[in-house]
Amino acid sequence: MPNFIMSYLGSTVTPGEAGNQFWALIYVFIIFTGVSVAVMAMNWLERKALAHFQIRLGPMRVGPHGLLQPIADALKLMLKEDIIPTEADQFVFWVAPLIGLLAAFAVYTVIPFGPSQAVSDMNIGILFMLGVSSLGVLGVVVAGWASNSHYPLIGALRSSAQMVSYEVAMGLAVVSAILMTSLNEQGTGTLSMIGIVQAQQRQGVWFIFKFFPLGLIAFVIFAIAMVAETNRAPFDMAEAESELTAGYHTEYSGLRWSLFMLAEYAAMIAVSSIAVALWLGGWMRPFPNLLHAPVWDFIFSLFPALTFFGLAAIAVVGVVRMPSHSFFRIQRVGLAGFAALLAFIALLLLVIAVAGRSADTSLAARFREGIDYVYWFVLKVAVFMYLFIWYRATWPRYRFDQLMRVGWKVLLPISLGVLILTAIVGVVAS
Amino acid sequence: MNDRSNLDLDAPATPYLDSNELIINMGPQHPATHGVLRVILKLDGEKVLGTECVIGYLHRGVEKIGENRTYTMFNPYVDRMDYVAAVSNGLGYCEAVEKLMNVEAPARAKYIRVVLTELNRIASHQLWLGTHALDIGAMTPLFYTFRDREEILKIFERYCGARLTTHAFRIGGCQYETYAGFEKDVKNFLSFVAPKIDEYEALLTTNRIWLERTKNVGVISGADCIALGVTGPVLRASGVQWDLRKAQPYAAYSEFDFEIPIGTNGDTYDRYLVRMAEMRQSLRIIEQAVNGIPEGPIMAKVPKVIKPPVGEIYHSIEAPKGELGYFIVSDGSTQPYRLRVRPPSFVNLQALDRMVRGLLVADVIAVIGTIDIVLGEVDR
Repeated sequence: MPNFIMSYLGSTVTPGEAGNQFWALIYVFIIFTGVSVAVMAMNWLERKALAHFQIRLGPMRVGPHGLLQPIADALKLMLKEDIIPTEADQFVFWVAPLIGLLAAFAVYTVIPFGPSQAVSDMNIGILFMLGVSSLGVLGVVVAGWASNSHYPLIGALRSSAQMVSYEVAMGLAVVSAILMTSLNEQGTGTLSMIGIVQAQQRQGVWFIFKFFPLGLIAFVIFAIAMVAETNRAPFDMAEAESELTAGYHTEYSGLRWSLFMLAEYAAMIAVSSIAVALWLGGWMRPFPNLLHAPVWDFIFSLFPALTFFGLAAIAVVGVVRMPSHSFFRIQRVGLAGFAALLAFIALLLLVIAVAGRSADTSLAARFREGIDYVYWFVLKVAVFMYLFIWYRATWPRYRFDQLMRVGWKVLLPISLGVLILTAIVGVVAS
Repeated sequence: MNDRSNLDLDAPATPYLDSNELIINMGPQHPATHGVLRVILKLDGEKVLGTECVIGYLHRGVEKIGENRTYTMFNPYVDRMDYVAAVSNGLGYCEAVEKLMNVEAPARAKYIRVVLTELNRIASHQLWLGTHALDIGAMTPLFYTFRDREEILKIFERYCGARLTTHAFRIGGCQYETYAGFEKDVKNFLSFVAPKIDEYEALLTTNRIWLERTKNVGVISGADCIALGVTGPVLRASGVQWDLRKAQPYAAYSEFDFEIPIGTNGDTYDRYLVRMAEMRQSLRIIEQAVNGIPEGPIMAKVPKVIKPPVGEIYHSIEAPKGELGYFIVSDGSTQPYRLRVRPPSFVNLQALDRMVRGLLVADVIAVIGTIDIVLGEVDR
């Protein structure tokens, strides 16, 4: 048994591919907790960033700078009364949030955090991702239907139409990225998520810059479609608060409602991951060709540690700037503790970066590599998360018919054109 | 439903492509009906076939209260109608009673009244802009407008102690002299808010989504507006140049130089532009007024007990939302025999059905926002 467990550590493929159930399970566990924590962090970040866009402070009371607010919210939602309307279809009402959540989380099995840092490397990875993530619409439709109420019904119909429409443009944009993977000697493309990133590695260019501006346009189309796909502003028709009170989850409360919330944020992270893997070079660090000397490798491997040091520094500034009134004592101690935790993580990362600086196959080096991969991937995804918040703070909401027009009459023709042009340019180039 | 119903709810539903009409209640508890307005929508999918407004959830019988209070005692009540533009309400009421008594407020009082009323117009438009944008999905302008509206409310608070329901004016003039530094505060506010209005416009005026959501939405022609009695920015956005401040000047408005912005299409976007321009014109008026406040008394000679002669009077002013009129019948006693308010919100709201027929649910929200109603005034 220990052999079975240890044998994977030397391998360079994903646990799923190596057939190692144990490590696959560990990865699933890490991803599940990681995504849950990310959703909580995102919840806090969204409220804070949105507040600062809007000259407010956001949560400030629960924990220093509201850091414990997501936990308090989660507790509150769990303790709330679980209401199922009498007129609702009990079973379907019960199962709808689970469908949404499962669809959002299942996608994470193939997200390539690194060449071996994924649960599995399916050879139809991207298809699996698109297919499963679009199952999320089922949860929405079913929730709206089961609520047996007008507003949720309209909300559900809106969002199902919207998600299905934008899937088309999204799919075509994805296909044009997949076409680019086939630009090698053998002329074989791949649908595997890891394969797509490796294709970018081999061709030495992120697909966003490939065949400029074709890659860029496809990326932009995907970036727009993914906002619509996740029902976020400015395409948040489904939960257009001012029109439909809360859209498809109007009748939901407590834990069930929080499952929808969790699914929404998990889906946001998932689609951002697709965009990162397909166009932004996945786990690759910036300028791998231009700055390829070992010293650059070392410098870039310091970034994770530096990031955490930066976060710790921000927390320290927060401690210093906190009013010296005794009322803030607990908050000050808490924030200082948080800063210490961040600094400790940073130190740990620094030690790993230094210990694993040689490019051999030692455990430390492999560990350092893994951290680098995950770091760059997560950083790119985080940029998208910030964009989601930024959109929400800036733009009004599209009307439903306008949204459909944008999807079918603007994005679809452009993505078709890009696809055809990419194919032509690809043939000419090879 | 009675005969006057727009919806004819009892009629058999007409099937459209295998589907039935949907009747949904928007409100009275709904985030975007600006209070307790209830709109019954008859929908074909998302298309609005008809609407019916149900009002009265905030009815307090203000007019009846007026018959049972003395003229002086009723003055604070008018603030509670359009509570976001309380100063305008007070101005209309005080001027109506003054007209009935044949008293004229002194010039200094008139100037102070103009300054405060125009400040209140800006505050009202700011609140409208924030909530209207929020309805259309743009969250951020709300906080910007509230930040800047706060400065106006601070001036009110320093002037008369109240922020919202100000009760700033008295019959015959103003009760309070301006506080020391009033003029400086107002001038500071003028230079503070002018760039802020540009800031709101930067967020919205050329925003593609904002344009799509507001252009050609809720179009109403000038003739329709006049037929329905619609006044205020809604009327002016339809291209009718009618502003009581110019048409029948009251207070000291005839002494100031300002323009009446008008629109051309009568759609939601034009109404937005008209109100933005009105804010700038208000700044102009305030600047002229605050620089020219004459010396002198602030109260005319009015008896302690106000007993207007027998007669009736209709006096109207240009409130931020449109023509605000007071019709007072006096029987010579200390209390009005009959008091009737012509509220702009109530009259303008009647144009809702005309504006939203054939549009989508999302447009109903945009149109309710653009009419700029305050339910306190609609229901009274």
